[in-house]
Amino acid sequence: MVQNGKVIEVKNLTKKFGDFTANSNLTFSVWKGEIFGFLGANGAGKTTAIRILCGLLEPTSGEISVAGFNGYTQRNKIKRNIGYMSQRFSLYEDLTAKENIRIFGGIYGLTNKEIKVRTKQLLAEIDMEKQADWLIAALPLGWKQKLAFSVAMVHNPKIVFLDEPTGGVDPITRRNFWEIIYRVARAGTTVFVTTHYMDEAEYCDRVCILVDGVIEALDTPLNLKTKYGANNMDEVFLKLARKVTS
Amino acid sequence: MKSRFAHFAKKEFLHIFRDTRTLIIIFGIPIVQLLMFGYVITNEIKDVKVGIYDPAGDYLSQELITKLTSSGYFIPELIITSEKAIEPALKSGRIKMVISISPQFAQKFYKDGVASIQLITDATEPNTASLLTNYASAIINEFASDKGIGSQSTIPFEVRVRMLFNQDLKAVFMFVPGTMALILMLITAMMTSISIAREKELGTMEVLLVSPLKPVQIILGKVFPYIGLAFANSIIILLLGYTVFGLPIRGSLILLLAVCFLFILLALSLGILISTVVKTQQIAMFFSMIALMLPTILLSGFVFPIESMPKVLQWFSVIIPPRWFIAALKTIMLKGEGIALVWKEMLIMISMSLFFILVSIKKFKERLG
Repeated sequence: MVQNGKVIEVKNLTKKFGDFTANSNLTFSVWKGEIFGFLGANGAGKTTAIRILCGLLEPTSGEISVAGFNGYTQRNKIKRNIGYMSQRFSLYEDLTAKENIRIFGGIYGLTNKEIKVRTKQLLAEIDMEKQADWLIAALPLGWKQKLAFSVAMVHNPKIVFLDEPTGGVDPITRRNFWEIIYRVARAGTTVFVTTHYMDEAEYCDRVCILVDGVIEALDTPLNLKTKYGANNMDEVFLKLARKVTS
Repeated sequence: MKSRFAHFAKKEFLHIFRDTRTLIIIFGIPIVQLLMFGYVITNEIKDVKVGIYDPAGDYLSQELITKLTSSGYFIPELIITSEKAIEPALKSGRIKMVISISPQFAQKFYKDGVASIQLITDATEPNTASLLTNYASAIINEFASDKGIGSQSTIPFEVRVRMLFNQDLKAVFMFVPGTMALILMLITAMMTSISIAREKELGTMEVLLVSPLKPVQIILGKVFPYIGLAFANSIIILLLGYTVFGLPIRGSLILLLAVCFLFILLALSLGILISTVVKTQQIAMFFSMIALMLPTILLSGFVFPIESMPKVLQWFSVIIPPRWFIAALKTIMLKGEGIALVWKEMLIMISMSLFFILVSIKKFKERLG
């Protein structure tokens, strides 16, 4: 892992919805080119945190810096430098693969020429050149998911946020998807991914485990397994979750 | 290089033109509805079947009957031979009215100066019944004054009625502005609220909000195509009204289109407002139907005149946006008046749009915070 600079810096981030505290005093940094996993059960506050980092939600308090820009005052600059893929593979089902890429390329300010080049490149990366003119509705779930990832990468963002990107797809497609994630990270893009699949946590460079809105652990999967005397991440997670509830 | 916004707005056109069903709805509904309202829902009197009971059978009664039946309004369907047969004839439903002439009609008319004619109608449809008697009385009165005796000699006043702006009392003149309000409301408000709700439902709205597009651009890009479609539709409706139904456009065409455009903006702002409170397409559709369509039909003066509503509903109709649109349309199309008589309606429509947009922005910010 090349640690040549922080791309995300969060200090004492807190988000409250009325009386409910979704995120409590989160502090962490993410390095350039890193695959950073955000782990937690459903409702642990993963999605809230990712939405704040993307500028979809305003934090209640705390300091945020994403891609070198201030999370309160420079949101527009942040938006140009990040890609986002939500839990639902949000593509337009009545449009073709090519059209989806073209629209988002246009929204991110790419020129027509750039869009053409990028479309070819992206479709080649995920082996979907033949399906370029298929309607999204006709694609199987795994392909939609890969394409949604490509669309999030259309403008070559510095950081790409993936909110539970592998929900509901089969293990082979998941494995396949992680290979694409690796490729992107090796090329220098930081990947910030949330998941509740513990086997996926093993693929991350570092993981941050969230329990009830609080960071319970943050380290490499190897260090965490050693520290908690566990064979895999699943055990680490269960130990942490039990510790909190008991 | 095309702007981000242009790329985004183009997408909405792709959605619309790829969805043939929606296209058919957008362009089919206005035509079907206008033809339906124009031809079916009509309160004009034409070729109504009537029964004739004429025990007099003299030249004068024959002349009167000929005058009535050659007017184009009535067709003699049944000759009734006895007074007793009148009621069963009406009951059978074959005829709507019986014209009963008193015995020795000519003799009484010239000798006594008074001869009676009875009009018996089937009042199961009260409006039709009163229309029928009005038409028939008018013809009979004219007949009497032609013959030199009758109403003028006994009644000192002569009332002459002239229906201004719509001489022939054509119902279609009322229905075209109303249909236009309904269609524009349907296409703009319902379609925009559904299309914005669809982005929310699919999750694409989130992706758009993360993009460098500003929320205002997202909303404008979504509604932009519908402005064009709605405008095309108002022109289709006006053309149909003009060519098929002979609807006049007496005032300025530019002013008329400006009023249509204002109403489209108003309906759009309502659609946006709806989309900020609902989460799914289904609810957006339901909301538009209940909250927009019913008041448009019932309370805007489209079907029922506002003046004859109960006071409470009259006050309520003030906040129904199409009310002002329909009023302005009628003033321009039928009366041929200019901006001097419609500025109030236009101002109200502008204020309403601004109000809805402000509330939408507030709602939108609340959701994001």
